[in-house]
Amino acid sequence: MERSKRQKQRKVLLMGRSGAGKSSMRSIIFSNYVAKDVRRLGATVDVEHSNIRFMGNLMLNLWDCGGQDSFVESYLSNQRSHVFTSVAVMIFVFDISSREAAADLLSFASTIRALYEFSPGSKIFVLIHKMDLVPADQKARVFQQKAIDVRTTCEDEGFQSQQVDFWATSIWDQSLYKAWTQVIYFLVPNASAIEDMLRRLADLLDARELILYERTTCLVVTHITRDAEQRNPYNDRFERISSILKTHKHSMAKHTGTMASEVSFAELQIKTGDFMFFITRLTENTNLAVVMPSDEASFNAARVNVQLARREFSHLDIVEKRGKDVQRQGKDGPALEEVRMADDGEASSSGRASDR
Amino acid sequence: MRTLFSENILSPAPTPVPQQNPFELLFPSTLSNASSSASVQSSPNQHEWLTQHWQNQQRAENDATIYGSTASSAPLTRRKGNPKLLFMGLRKSGKSSVQRVVFQKMSPADTLFLEPTTRIEKASLQSFVTIDTAELPTSLLASPPELDHHAVFSNMGAVIWILDVQDDYLTSIASLIETTVFLAEHYPRINIDVFIHKIDGLSEEYKYDTFREVRQRVQDELSDVGHADKSVSYYQTSIFDHSIFEAMSKVVQKLLPQLPAMETLLNKLCSTCRIQKAYLFDTSSKIYVATDASPTFLRDYEVCSDYVDVVVDIKQIYGWQQRDKTQAAEDGGEIGESMVTYDHSGDTYIYAREIDDHLSLLCVMGKGSSADKRVLIDYNVSILQTALVKVFRV
Repeated sequence: MERSKRQKQRKVLLMGRSGAGKSSMRSIIFSNYVAKDVRRLGATVDVEHSNIRFMGNLMLNLWDCGGQDSFVESYLSNQRSHVFTSVAVMIFVFDISSREAAADLLSFASTIRALYEFSPGSKIFVLIHKMDLVPADQKARVFQQKAIDVRTTCEDEGFQSQQVDFWATSIWDQSLYKAWTQVIYFLVPNASAIEDMLRRLADLLDARELILYERTTCLVVTHITRDAEQRNPYNDRFERISSILKTHKHSMAKHTGTMASEVSFAELQIKTGDFMFFITRLTENTNLAVVMPSDEASFNAARVNVQLARREFSHLDIVEKRGKDVQRQGKDGPALEEVRMADDGEASSSGRASDR
Repeated sequence: MRTLFSENILSPAPTPVPQQNPFELLFPSTLSNASSSASVQSSPNQHEWLTQHWQNQQRAENDATIYGSTASSAPLTRRKGNPKLLFMGLRKSGKSSVQRVVFQKMSPADTLFLEPTTRIEKASLQSFVTIDTAELPTSLLASPPELDHHAVFSNMGAVIWILDVQDDYLTSIASLIETTVFLAEHYPRINIDVFIHKIDGLSEEYKYDTFREVRQRVQDELSDVGHADKSVSYYQTSIFDHSIFEAMSKVVQKLLPQLPAMETLLNKLCSTCRIQKAYLFDTSSKIYVATDASPTFLRDYEVCSDYVDVVVDIKQIYGWQQRDKTQAAEDGGEIGESMVTYDHSGDTYIYAREIDDHLSLLCVMGKGSSADKRVLIDYNVSILQTALVKVFRV
């Protein structure tokens, strides 16, 4: 049962031409900047490393690489192996308003050539950024065109099409959260185990929807939608919720005078005639948002049930001895989880008072 | 409390004397000439034609009373029970921007693209309290005397003068004084509120100094012309933060006759439930119509206003089923309420509750409002709600 104490480390490269918006995106998502504040950011010098702890046992090594030509030269030549080895995800940012589209593509081609040399199995996320500068009626067309061009380049360099994903983003709306949610979802090691457990919880609670999101970045890790809610016309509601919660954190921070990163609520409830909604802490790093139909009794029962369920979910999050089974990629991972859950399930159904 | 409304505020209005739409501009052709002289210093002749116009008006009114018209009793016409606001100020001072941002939820950055106003613009905010607003484009101050001042001003509750503090505001002060004198003489019941606008462009120390200076000047000039007793309220505002909402809230509050009743109810609630600050918000425009007696800080208002945004957004996302249904099946049983708790001691931080479709109660809670007390708080708030519904239904 011994396992390596080392957490799951994932190396993420964030690259693109100078001024594309890499550091702005990073600071909004991870450092609680507001979109207006990113004007203050200067050019990144060489590489900025951030180690971001996500969901407890996932450590993101985010390499924000300066985009100026001299730095890119150095990555591609003398730092080549250092930068491009064992990369899990490469996020490449294109500025849609750039005048030098051909030069951008060339730079992209040489970058992924180096990537293919050292980490051929890595996943590439291409973010077409600054989409707010494109008039609304042209957005789809411009995005498609760019995606086709970039995809051809990727295939030329040897990457399969399923290894490359494209997203249109802008720091001024929720599309930023959508793209980064996909990145995170790809990186979270036990996403399917989490989803199974959440699905069971949703059935138990008879909830309309469950959303699990990470507390500091407000990025949605995963969600369970039950049948009735599939007809919800807002398909982008998860990123909207990310952005709503982020704004809320900022406003609370301003009011209490604390830093936005430390602000985190214990519980938020909204009850109306159509639905009841609450957000509460699920694990040390994540919060769970639960959408229930409008019934007071089942709402209160749901709150109690989520508190009781916390213990089960803590297995997924915190690094401890049992966590090894989840980290192992084998099929027996989830099965063992289930068995353990059944044991604990019996114990906890004896109606002990909730523990926070 | 001084109220603008007579006792028969709610009696049905008889059919008024048929008059053309008072907000229709009578002489559009003169505007192109007038606009260039809008910011010119007022000429001494201006007073003359105003007094002449007033004499004409008196004559007209005497005629009307002779013919038994029911539209006026004494020099005051009957007003309906809605607050009416008139925006005035120099050119490009920000009148249309303020209206758009507060009442039509335009983003402040988009107001850069608004075109200058040439006609008298009238709008009505259909919300909890129907607020009618009008905006007088600047050129009308220097317009020919055929403008029907009586029609424009007779129903007004308050005139809001927007003073652009980043521009040369001395001209604006001069026009303001004239208008105030005119209104004080002919329509003394109209409140005058001055928004010292675009204050976000000044640095911190400068803000208060400018504010004080403007206030001092206006007071001095008013006392020079003999109207020292006219009370004028001053507010520092900017559309880029919440100060404009706070100022509009205070302006509207002065026009509501139900204000003391609401304030008393809120005070009682705060003392029994240990609430730090309570606001009655108009949900769509985020103006608050009443608050309790504790000191008001902009921060409290901001956090409540942002919280209203959160609740409204989430309601919109998950309340989609209600909109699909054609009729709202209800009784009083579906009141929306919401709260957020911040620390693990279980003390509620903000508590929000819908009073009706347009009105919400928002409270910033103090210590001691933990879960076991919540039942009592709910009970108190529901009593407040029934009381408020009664006050407004009358």
